[in-house]
Formats: sequence, C-alpha cells, structure tokens
Amino acid sequence: MRMHSWGRYPISDSTLLTPRSSADFAQHLNTQSSIDGGTVIARGMGRSYGDSALSTTVLATKGMDNFIAFDESNGLLSCAAGLTLDSILQTFMPRGWFLAVVPGTRYVSVGGAIASDVHGKNHHVDGTFCEHVSELKLLLASGEVLACSRTENTTLFHATCAGMGLTGIVLEATLRLRRIQSSAIEQRTIRTANLEEALEKFEDNLNYTYSVAWLDCLASGPSLGRSLLFLGEHATDEKFKVPSKRTISVPFSSPAFLLNRYSMGLFNNAYYYKPIRAGQSQRIEAFQYFFPLDSIQHWNRLYGRMGFLQYQCVIPDEGALQGMRKILDMVSAAGKGSFLSVLKKFGPANKNFLSFPMQGYTLAMDFKFEPSILPLLDELDRVVGDHGGRLYLAKDARMSAEFFQTSYPHWEKMRELRRGLGADTLFHSLQSQRLGF
Amino acid sequence: MKSILIIGANSAIAKATARLYAEQKNALYLLARDPEQLALQKADLTVRGASSVAYAAFDATDLASHGALVAQALEALGHFDIVLISHGSLPDQALCERDFDAALEAFNVNALSVISLLNFVVKPMQERRDGCIAVVTSVAGDRGRQSNFIYGAAKAMVSTYLQGLRGRLFPHNVTVVDIKPGFVDSPMTAHLPKGALWAQPEQIAQHIVNGIEKKRGTIYAPGFWRLIMFVVCSVPEVIFKRLKF
Repeated sequence: MRMHSWGRYPISDSTLLTPRSSADFAQHLNTQSSIDGGTVIARGMGRSYGDSALSTTVLATKGMDNFIAFDESNGLLSCAAGLTLDSILQTFMPRGWFLAVVPGTRYVSVGGAIASDVHGKNHHVDGTFCEHVSELKLLLASGEVLACSRTENTTLFHATCAGMGLTGIVLEATLRLRRIQSSAIEQRTIRTANLEEALEKFEDNLNYTYSVAWLDCLASGPSLGRSLLFLGEHATDEKFKVPSKRTISVPFSSPAFLLNRYSMGLFNNAYYYKPIRAGQSQRIEAFQYFFPLDSIQHWNRLYGRMGFLQYQCVIPDEGALQGMRKILDMVSAAGKGSFLSVLKKFGPANKNFLSFPMQGYTLAMDFKFEPSILPLLDELDRVVGDHGGRLYLAKDARMSAEFFQTSYPHWEKMRELRRGLGADTLFHSLQSQRLGF
Repeated sequence: MKSILIIGANSAIAKATARLYAEQKNALYLLARDPEQLALQKADLTVRGASSVAYAAFDATDLASHGALVAQALEALGHFDIVLISHGSLPDQALCERDFDAALEAFNVNALSVISLLNFVVKPMQERRDGCIAVVTSVAGDRGRQSNFIYGAAKAMVSTYLQGLRGRLFPHNVTVVDIKPGFVDSPMTAHLPKGALWAQPEQIAQHIVNGIEKKRGTIYAPGFWRLIMFVVCSVPEVIFKRLKF
C-alpha cells in the first residue's frame, strides 16, 4: 500500500503489518530475513516527517500499547513501545505526574520518542527524552530480546537511543516520570524586534525551564528573525484539569496555492503583532503550551497534496547568530516560507550515537513541497555545515549521505554495530538507505 | 465502583472498553482464550486505575464450561453490574457455503455460545434486580446480504434473542443493550480494505460506555449506521436480491 509519514513526502509502496505481541514481531522478523532484499522498519505513530518510518515492510507498533507497571514511589513507568505519550499524559497528569521531556506533539509512541531521541522546549535544562529512559527491551534481527540501559548492554543502549529503529525493534521501555504541582503552565511572552534580540532574550532567560520562539521567517532587513519568545514554568496551584479532547480537523488536503508568500506574509504579520501581556505571565493549560498544533487534527493537510518538508538544523553557539541570519536571508530572498518557524536553545549533546541536539540553537522551518525547494535546502545544508551544525533525522526527507556522514561523526560506529548484530541487511528505512547505511 | 464482567476480553473492542472502565476505577473480570494476553491486560488496566482485575481463560465453543466460568466470575466480583459480551469471529462466507462444518462453527461462536452464556448471566442479575447486559452484535444482522449472510444470520439470531430478553427482564429492572457496530478496524478485519466508513475500536468503546450509562436499547456505533441500515432495510427485496454486496 501507499504510505507516507507526517510531511506526506516521500510516498513509498510498503507492506504494513500490525503485530499484536512480541512473539508476533519476532515471527515477522524471521519471515522477513529469509526474503531477499526485503527490509523492515518499525513505525509508531508515523509522526516523523520524511522517510524514517518507510521501508519495504513496515511493522506498526500500535498493537502493543499496554502499560506494564508504575511505581508511585519513584515515578518509574514501564510500558510497551507502541503506547503514545498522549495516553501516558492523559493517565498520569491528573495524578500529578508529567514527562520530563515532551516533543511538539503528544501523538508519538514511546518507541518513536526513543528512536528519534526527541527533545522539547527544555533541552538546555533537561536534555532529551532518552535521558529519562532508564531501560529498554530491544528485539534483535536474530530474534533475541536484550535489556539495554546505562549499565547493561550500554553501547547498544546508546546506539538504540536516537537510533532511528536501525538496531532492532524497541518492545518495551521504562521511563522516569516527574512530579508536577499543577496541570497549568505560567507563560510569559516577549516580542523581539529581530533575530539578534531573540538570541539575547534566550540567554537572559535561561533560568526558565521551558522556552521556545516563533519566528517570522518572511521578515527581512532590520526585522530579520523577528519573533515571539514563549517562556514557561509549571504552575504550582495544585489544580489538575483533565486535558480537553476538543479538536478541529482539516478534513482534506487544501489546494496548494492557498499557502503562498502573500497569505503566509499576512498570517505572520498578524501573529507577530497579536496582543501579548508584556511583562506579565499568563496561566495556560499544559497541552496548549506544549502541543499547540495537536488541537488541529491533520494540520499537515494544509500544505496540499504534494506535502511539505521540514528543515530543522542546529548550529553551535559561536556561529548561531551568523549562521541563522544567513539562512533566514536565503529563505526570505527565495520567497519561500512557513507559518511555523521555531527557534529553541539547546544544551550539550549526549552520548547517543545519532542524537541531534548539541550546544547551540535549533531552527525548524516548514516548506511546502515544490521541486524548486530542493536546491535551496542543499544551499542551507552548506551554511549549516560551514558553521559546524547538523540536521534532525526525524524531520529529514532529502539530506545527502555526504552531509549526514560529515555532521554525525559517530555514524560509522553505528554502521559497525549494525553489522555485528546482523541488523545491517534487515533493518533499513528509505532514509537509512539514502544516508549510506 | 461497578463490577464488570467482560467476555471476549481480548477482542479489540472489549480491550478499548475495558480501558475506559478501568479509568473509571471499576472492578473487572475478564474471560478470553489467551491467558498471556489477559495477563498483559490485567497489568495495563491496573495502571490505568481499575480497582481490581481478575481473569480466566475460556473457550466460547465449550458450552459445558460456561456455567462454572460464570459462577467463578460471580464469586470473584460479588455481583454483576455490567456484563459485556464481545467475542466473535468473522467467518469466510465462501468456505461456509461449501463446508457446513465451517458454518456450524460460525454459528456456535457468534450465536449459540452467546445465548448459552446469557443463560447463566441472567439469573443472578434478575435476582438482584439491577444491572445491564450488553452484547456486541453487528449491523450485518439487520439484513442478510449476499457477501456475508452466515455472519449476518448468526448476529441476527442474537439481536432477535436480545429483543425478547429485553422484554423478559424489563420488570426485573435489568437493561439489555444491543450494540451494532458497522465496519471496525481491528484484527478481525485486518485482511479487508479500509475506507471512509471504518471506525476505530476506541470509538466503538466510547459508544458502548455511553449507551450502557444511558440504558439505551439498541446502539448503532457510530450513530450514522442507524441511518444507513434504515435505508438498506428499506430497499425492496425485488431490487435487493439483485445487488451484489
């Protein structure tokens, strides 16, 4: 069947299977490994943007979505890898628990969060998702199941975390939840005149746990990179509201011409000047702060049937201002843009082989898919590379093997490990094949 | 806190319903074929908030075992507030037409075993003068169609039985709910192509919980199937028999 992930590009022709138990998964791997040239990749909620969860055969994990156990005394939760972060939050927020790290959507599976080693708006304080994973159970190509942690099968643990499903299939994981005193977030909004001021304000406010900036990427000249910076802290009012399930939905692909530099320009201008209570903090529900887009189901359809590409890069501190200025200049000059340009601060990198974050700033932009966008993104790659940065695999659909291999120095260790596990012929996504694994 | 017996607990719809009931902190007793899956469910439902979860393995077609199993469940729960029967199979229509044994199995699993279980469940609920019996049948039972009339006939048998039972139990204050899902995306239908009318088990589960709460008689899940089946049933037979669906 035709399959795609969140960006709706590229489209693959894959067989989709939904095993219901770890025995089922093992059986499918056994069948697949005896087929010549057939490759397998696990798929959670399919929220990666490109081709990380596309392959000849795709094994969906949503049939394995059970909780296993929860220890109230230390917040350790074990669960099957197909369980979504949404289910975890719906169950545990009312009881006063939260996940230490959440990405921009709650509709990702635990396995997916581990495979992409997702980050949130608090990376500079709390690191990535896997920093709060104490153990995982991995199904290897051989059919063996290994427990991996920082004390057991450590190398395999650091390869699987951020490993994009290329070491095997994560069946279960144990996460450490964090206590919260409220389901609300105290948010403070700062309007910045340009990119330089945005970076200054980030640095001034490192004491806030959560920070994220929306950038107007169509602004140019002195207003280049003008943005709204949203700072957040958990409230302490002991009020736990059950998350609302009300959403609106985009029922079908909107015609692509509706999203162009003029309509986006109008939107960006309106959003940049929206009323903010400068200097005052506003109490908003956690789901609104962390997952603003989740309230619009199928928002990816707004980009039309051709889909869209998300470009997310990180540039180290020293070159961040210069590099991002160059990128925004190039994007603005090309007349390409997105509603959603997001800037976040990152803390230091961790030990996971293919983990994306490094000390510096990360910029994420959506581009409607048009053939003319691809050369632009290659140019952006050059700028990112020149400043010592790299791209996020979970968002990537078109990065070259060359750029990947230069920017992720541990990739060779990953390749060797896969060979040793017998995973190198079996576990492949269209992305891993493109990147040279 | 309610005491709830779920028969066919490993089915996708029952699992989703059990989760909703667990979140409401109810006591659950599960019957299904695979004890390993039941053990996993017990752990899951306990984390979600169920006040207690117990289970036993059972084979619907072993009619002789039903009495003891229901008695065991009653012993564990104390009484039945809600009994949900959700087991079934989707037979291969072509095979059933060639081989009557296959058809007989389909009738046993989907109809006769349900009625046998109901016999044992009704007595304690009737005596207690309270509770709700809910059975998952199907829109397929509303009218026999060329493509699946063995399944349709079995489900129709149960729906008709439930109609009579509803009247029989009304003076005893026990509600009988007939749940008729349309197309549901589940392991039972994994081999079929999906389309716009297909629902997820979680949606059906919400309809079941709401319907039982409101003591409804017949629930079409999702609701638009009531209209679709009204139209389907209105088509004159002269025309219907010529349709190939």
